Amino acid sequence: MSAVTMAAPPLKPGADEGRIGARANLRHIGALVRRNVLQIKQDPALMFDALLMPVIFILLFVYVFGGAIAGKGRQGDYVQYLVPGMMGMMAMNIATAVGTGVNEDFRKGVMDRFRTMPIARSSVLIAKIVVELGRMLIATTILLAMGFLLGLEVKGGVLPFLGSIALSAVFCTGLMWIFILLGLAMKTPQAVQGTAMMILMPLQFGSSVFTEPTSMPGWLEAFTKVNPLSTMADASRALIDGEGSALHPTLITLGWVVGLTALTMPLAVAKFRSKT
Amino acid sequence: MTRQTISTEGGNAVEVRGLVKHFGTVKAVDGVDLDVKEGTVLGVLGPNGAGKTTLVRCLSTLLAPDAGRAVVAGYDVVRQPRALRRRIGLTGQYASVDEKLSGWENLYMIGRLLDLSRKEARGRADAMLERFSLTEAAKRPAAKYSGGMRRRLDLAASMIGRPSVLFLDEPTTGLDPRTRNEVWQEIRRMVREGATVLLTTQYMQEAEQLADELTVIDRGRVIADGRIDELKAKVGGRTLQVRPSVPGELDRMVGAIAQAGLDGIAGATADQEGGVVNVPIISDEQLTAVVGVLGERGFALAGISTHLPSLDEVFLAITGQKSSEADASEDERDQQYTEVSA
Repeated sequence: MSAVTMAAPPLKPGADEGRIGARANLRHIGALVRRNVLQIKQDPALMFDALLMPVIFILLFVYVFGGAIAGKGRQGDYVQYLVPGMMGMMAMNIATAVGTGVNEDFRKGVMDRFRTMPIARSSVLIAKIVVELGRMLIATTILLAMGFLLGLEVKGGVLPFLGSIALSAVFCTGLMWIFILLGLAMKTPQAVQGTAMMILMPLQFGSSVFTEPTSMPGWLEAFTKVNPLSTMADASRALIDGEGSALHPTLITLGWVVGLTALTMPLAVAKFRSKT
Repeated sequence: MTRQTISTEGGNAVEVRGLVKHFGTVKAVDGVDLDVKEGTVLGVLGPNGAGKTTLVRCLSTLLAPDAGRAVVAGYDVVRQPRALRRRIGLTGQYASVDEKLSGWENLYMIGRLLDLSRKEARGRADAMLERFSLTEAAKRPAAKYSGGMRRRLDLAASMIGRPSVLFLDEPTTGLDPRTRNEVWQEIRRMVREGATVLLTTQYMQEAEQLADELTVIDRGRVIADGRIDELKAKVGGRTLQVRPSVPGELDRMVGAIAQAGLDGIAGATADQEGGVVNVPIISDEQLTAVVGVLGERGFALAGISTHLPSLDEVFLAITGQKSSEADASEDERDQQYTEVSA
């Protein structure tokens, strides 16, 4: 190997020549995305949530509860109702995983390595978000494939259909900041997961994902109306079915995403900085 | 110490003045001054909790100091952290590699993060694995590596970017003697190739093996510094232990050594319980002379060994008091440590 050079560079007061350009930043994010993908390759169980959850949930709800919810023999109608709603649910589920990932990174020495390297510290977080978005798209693809197998029809045209996927991705990204914040604030991945479940469960079931809220008691129906997962589900449904107004629920969903991101992203970034 | 200003051209790769880092009421680093000359190794010696790791974390931009200044490779740790990070490598007490990734993937990733092209990063990863004897394990996840292999991978990771200053925080803590020797060899090689090293250790022996100069810290403060031989003279160097074949000859041996009037040899004592004569020495010549005298006088010897002072003995000699964390197990460990190569 070549000798180590010790060219003492002139010390410019206050100057920090190590500024990171946009292209270098992208390269760093690429290297870190690769790292996260390799981690998954090494430990494929990390993909179970994205690969199996859509299959299990769709089978469970269509065949176990579908008859009871939509009426015996009307499972086909229920698929049309359930699958668009589950797109938002999958997005939310995957978003929680980013919290445990961030938490685990901070518990290991490798974070120290990154922090002593000339890279933007945010690239570690951005790489995580990119990978989770990739996982969300895989989960969504499996969910939709299952849906098509069971009779899902895209009635509203291709563009609104793609729009519903894009909206899910935006929804997923917005929610991730909450879980990044959790991942940074809590001590163990188990604690992160437990807390995430507590947030997830009421939002998932107190929503319009699985059944019409009109069948619920008034207070719960009121809750489902403000639940962003409901508006997300309503928007996807309107986009895929081509019936009813998609604009209103889409705007409310986007409002939620912007609001939550505006609230939690600065907190998460501040927490991240204080830890790095 | 009267050094007040930091010159950036003085041939020092690391210069630290009045560095302070407190955690609440704990003064982890409490006004440290030190210099590391370019191309040399500074050993920072101190017990657990002395502030060694905090010091290294401040110098490698992982912690912001509360006060004082530090310049590493010509860059200020507070004002120019990014430029500084291009020139340093850090190997911590705990492996800072991604355990789920293979050795090769770890090194490749680090190469890419250091802005090497794909081709360069590949070549560099291969070369570093070869150099640290990890080629066979290249494709295995780091989690499956032994402690020594992981430490070597960590060193390799620190070397990918050809850093000019290396921080090694207790690089051999927890390693077996053979692995420790391997790591020592690698560190010597890095220094031969021009790197400047700041190394923390709890072991006098490790400092003696690797360091040109030594800074002894305790409770966040420097309590002694200088060249190893200077400090050793202050501390009393090593202890030569001679075990006669006939236990009754201890006192006669002490007498013979005293009579010979060897240069710089004084204070030989008989340890009746241990069945040995202890002779403080500061050089190999003295060792040879003492053994020579005993041979000439016809003493039959069953064994000779030398012992470096333990960290605690160093503290005792420098400060007249025990180190802040002188528990028995620590002493024991240091004792075993010196005997390995004695």
